Amino acid sequence: MKLTGRRIYHGKTEGEALVTKDSISFYGGVDPETGIVVEKGHELEGVNTTDKILVFPTGKGSTVGSYVLYQMAKTGKGPKALILQECEAIVAVGCIISELPCVDQIDVSQIKTGMNLAVDGDSGEIEIK
Amino acid sequence: MELTPEEQEMAEGKYGKAAQKAMEILVTLGEIYGAKRLIDISSVQVAGVSYANLNEPGLEWLADMAKDGKVRVLTTLNPSGMDMEEWRKLAISEEFAKNQTRVVEAFGKMGIITTCSCTPYLYGNLPHYGQHIAWSESSAVCYANSVLGARTNREGGPSALGAALVGKTPEYGFHLDENRQPKVKVEVKTEVRGTFQFGALGKVLGDRLGKNISYITGIPEASVEELKSFCASYATYGGVALFHMEGITPDRVTTIPSETTEVSEDDLKGAINDLNEDTEIDFISLGCPHASLAELEYIAKKLENKKVNPNKEIWITTARPTKQIADRMGFTKMIEDTGAKVAADTCCVVAPIKGRFHGLASDSAKMCYYGSGRNKFSVKLMSVDECIEEALK
Repeated sequence: MKLTGRRIYHGKTEGEALVTKDSISFYGGVDPETGIVVEKGHELEGVNTTDKILVFPTGKGSTVGSYVLYQMAKTGKGPKALILQECEAIVAVGCIISELPCVDQIDVSQIKTGMNLAVDGDSGEIEIK
Repeated sequence: MELTPEEQEMAEGKYGKAAQKAMEILVTLGEIYGAKRLIDISSVQVAGVSYANLNEPGLEWLADMAKDGKVRVLTTLNPSGMDMEEWRKLAISEEFAKNQTRVVEAFGKMGIITTCSCTPYLYGNLPHYGQHIAWSESSAVCYANSVLGARTNREGGPSALGAALVGKTPEYGFHLDENRQPKVKVEVKTEVRGTFQFGALGKVLGDRLGKNISYITGIPEASVEELKSFCASYATYGGVALFHMEGITPDRVTTIPSETTEVSEDDLKGAINDLNEDTEIDFISLGCPHASLAELEYIAKKLENKKVNPNKEIWITTARPTKQIADRMGFTKMIEDTGAKVAADTCCVVAPIKGRFHGLASDSAKMCYYGSGRNKFSVKLMSVDECIEEALK
């Protein structure tokens, strides 16, 4: 199955989906040293985002979150692509400076954790394999 | 988005790599938020300066941008993680100081004026009514939009830097008239006085209304210091970038909203009570946002010839220019002779002080929020006078 959304940042990658219905604050909500979600009560609390294709509704919280995404990308922690329902500035800027493929305007309820995805950040296409 | 030939060339990399990355950020944000074009801006305030937040990768990104990036408009800088000159006084480690200095040097290399202050409007970055700017630092964004009547979105560090390198920002959000109108009227039915009560009012409104733009009545007068405290708190608790305060905000309001909410004395007390944890205070923070000259003078005269309890620490954070004038006026000596510390260039939100203290008292509701969340202190919101008494007893 293919889903088509909007390109936020270009690049192609494949990997395993990690899906949440909760929005994510990267600053304070994700530990940049490990890539693990640490926000209390978050659906993904304790789950490692490293090398996953992270699928979530939207970003929230402090704009420092863009730098947290960058730090994780440079140290090999954290997600290798991001898929959102609605992207906002924190995640968009984080993906641009980190050069991580990112697509939004995707019906994220169609994607389940563990699915194998091919993300095409150039065309905005997500293929569920 | 439609780009001019020059902007197109910047996006293609003809003006260097940093300008190309900057264009990538601006165009992507413009497309996400439906901007049709980029518009000229008169100034920028860049946040994301503390090494405690940036860490080594963030610093490397900035150093990379500084290789060929140069700002095109007046650009000032947010507080760093330490006093850039007297960091030893604040017990900052050698290693942190070295890294923090590299961060500020990278910004300086790009032509940014390294003011290291959250109140740029007090130090030569003062936009006038209607000017388009691209600022980060949520308290300053709120002040610029609501008190000065300038126009800015809530930028993050990299998007503000991008705007500075291009000299432009995408035209969306608070740059457009139609997005600046109030949605809800607030009737303040109680007297609000002093920075801590204005901070409490910011918490009441932020918690209750979130990002809905408010039209606030019932505040007959407010000082610059009270307004900066209010802006900091309202932006922290509500994520707001703009409010209208009757008699203060210069923007014209076409229709006063019919939906009305009231703020009572009990509401204000409730907010103060929420920020009143049962704790032993060992750290007192004044100057969030950065203390003005009037505040430093007031604190100096209150503290003069007294002694701070040696088991407690009190920091008065401010901007370098303010401290320099306070030095000349003798205020700094009056304060520091008591054992209190005047810390320039930094603030207690971004300094690496987690674990050093236990109970925090401050006149700033914003400081209480970050003291509690980021640094895990127990917090008490109190007036400036009460904070000083707490430091002495």
